[in-house]
Amino acid sequence: MIIVFCELKDGRLRKPSAESLSEARRLADSGGLQVAALFAGASCIGSEEAARYGADLILQAEAPALAAYSSDGFAALLADAVQARRASILLAAGTAMGKDVAPRVAARLGAGYAADVTGLSLAGGRLQATRPMFAGKAFADCEFTSPIQVATTRPNVFPVAESPRPLVQEALPAPAGDFKAVVKELLAKSAGKVDLTEADVIVSGGRGMKEGANFKLLEDLADALGGVVGASRAAVDAGWGIPHAMQVGQTGKVVSPSLYIACGISGAIQHVAGMSGSKVIVAINKDPEAPIFRIATYGIVGDLFEIVPLLTASLRGQH
Amino acid sequence: MKILVALKQVPDTETKIKVAADGKSLDATDVKWITSPYDEMAMEEALRIKESRGAEVVAISVGEDRTRELLRNALALGADAAVLIRSAEAGDPLAVARILADFARDKSFDLILLGHTGFGGDHGAVGPMLAELLGVAQAHVVTRLELGEDTFRAEREAEGGFERIEGSLPAVITAQRGLNEPRYPSLKGIIGAKKKPIEELEAGPIESTIRVSTLTLPPARPEGRKLEGSAAVQAESLIQLLRNEAKVI
Repeated sequence: MIIVFCELKDGRLRKPSAESLSEARRLADSGGLQVAALFAGASCIGSEEAARYGADLILQAEAPALAAYSSDGFAALLADAVQARRASILLAAGTAMGKDVAPRVAARLGAGYAADVTGLSLAGGRLQATRPMFAGKAFADCEFTSPIQVATTRPNVFPVAESPRPLVQEALPAPAGDFKAVVKELLAKSAGKVDLTEADVIVSGGRGMKEGANFKLLEDLADALGGVVGASRAAVDAGWGIPHAMQVGQTGKVVSPSLYIACGISGAIQHVAGMSGSKVIVAINKDPEAPIFRIATYGIVGDLFEIVPLLTASLRGQH
Repeated sequence: MKILVALKQVPDTETKIKVAADGKSLDATDVKWITSPYDEMAMEEALRIKESRGAEVVAISVGEDRTRELLRNALALGADAAVLIRSAEAGDPLAVARILADFARDKSFDLILLGHTGFGGDHGAVGPMLAELLGVAQAHVVTRLELGEDTFRAEREAEGGFERIEGSLPAVITAQRGLNEPRYPSLKGIIGAKKKPIEELEAGPIESTIRVSTLTLPPARPEGRKLEGSAAVQAESLIQLLRNEAKVI
């Protein structure tokens, strides 16, 4: 059995979890395995949606103690479920929560762990994973040697595929709740915005933005495209008040959106490492020799302060 | 208070990655080795705690001969002791976590600090694994840390914002950029560190749970296209291409 740890947001299955589930279904079909989707929280309303993406079984841990996320609490719950169901594989989406809990579960189970995988297959019943290393400057094929295998899937890489199954739900025993650490509060910086690592469209600014206030231009374009704003290390380090959480690159976020628009970014090795997995890259830069043009699908040599508002206006005009 | 800081030696972030002849590891020729940047922040946090409330800081690294240099630097920064554990298992985060846990167990550390990820392996897993193996609390990818008597409060990055975590000590805390600005060692520190010993241990037999079978460089992206014309024409053709050719908007 493959167990997929799934996350809900506002009663809906989160997209990165739907991606993990879809990939689990594909793997399970190739190896004659069952897929169970596991949900934990004060409420599991919305978890039925997992059946649409191929879950044969939906496991629900519903308890007041699970209202707030706890690394140790959730890890114990997940490890117990893997053992109780004799699952051989545990997948989670490579979200903040997935990457917090999955390695902890792996340690509890003595299982090998691969983070942020971009490809999965089964060989002799065991998982094999392809994953970026050195912030995407290289890719590794990995073999697990442990009986149980744990992996997180990189968001935006695996396609979401519907594969409806009959709805079968089971409750999991509720934990006692004497957790060692608990999330007390979510301090939202940008309400409703998705994280860079999960965004489908990213508009990023670099040193060519000249000052922090000019990022408003990128926000407008990102809004028109339904995307989010990122930044290069040069922009974050420039003292313009751009938070590090927005940084794309080797020492920031590694992203893989469908569309990445780099504005005033030269394309330093350490930035490219973080975004070269994007499906389509657009570069807007006034320097025709900027290295970013070597990896751009579409390049515009020009003034971003002229081009970006034109793009925004044109997109808005269409709506 | 006793603090353990786990450090990893990694290739400089500007390194151009080359695959070794075995087809599965990094070609280490011409690689400049540095302390993983997030581990430097973990070290800095330990030093600040030492300065504000007093603490014994032990720096540890799982590595090889060249890793002594990293530990020498940790001593120069202000670590009270340094430990090198020799092992070839650096590619498997669970193996590394087990080696560190075997060392830390029974030594009553109140706090274990390390970077949230080490450049290279990129699993970001040793911290949570170590916390589990020691049966203690964790706060992973932390940008702010406050300590109480037996408790901690931490902020960590989460989707669309920050989470505030509260937990009990002992705990494993992994550092993210924003936690602090690491210092450079002082000349006095560098001279003093030369006289301090680095304890060297061999890791016990550890079975690896995952191994790299092949390492490859990503395929080169196909040649792109530069758009022509006035700004307005370029903007309009870009939107048409994104919509009709690339089909991403």
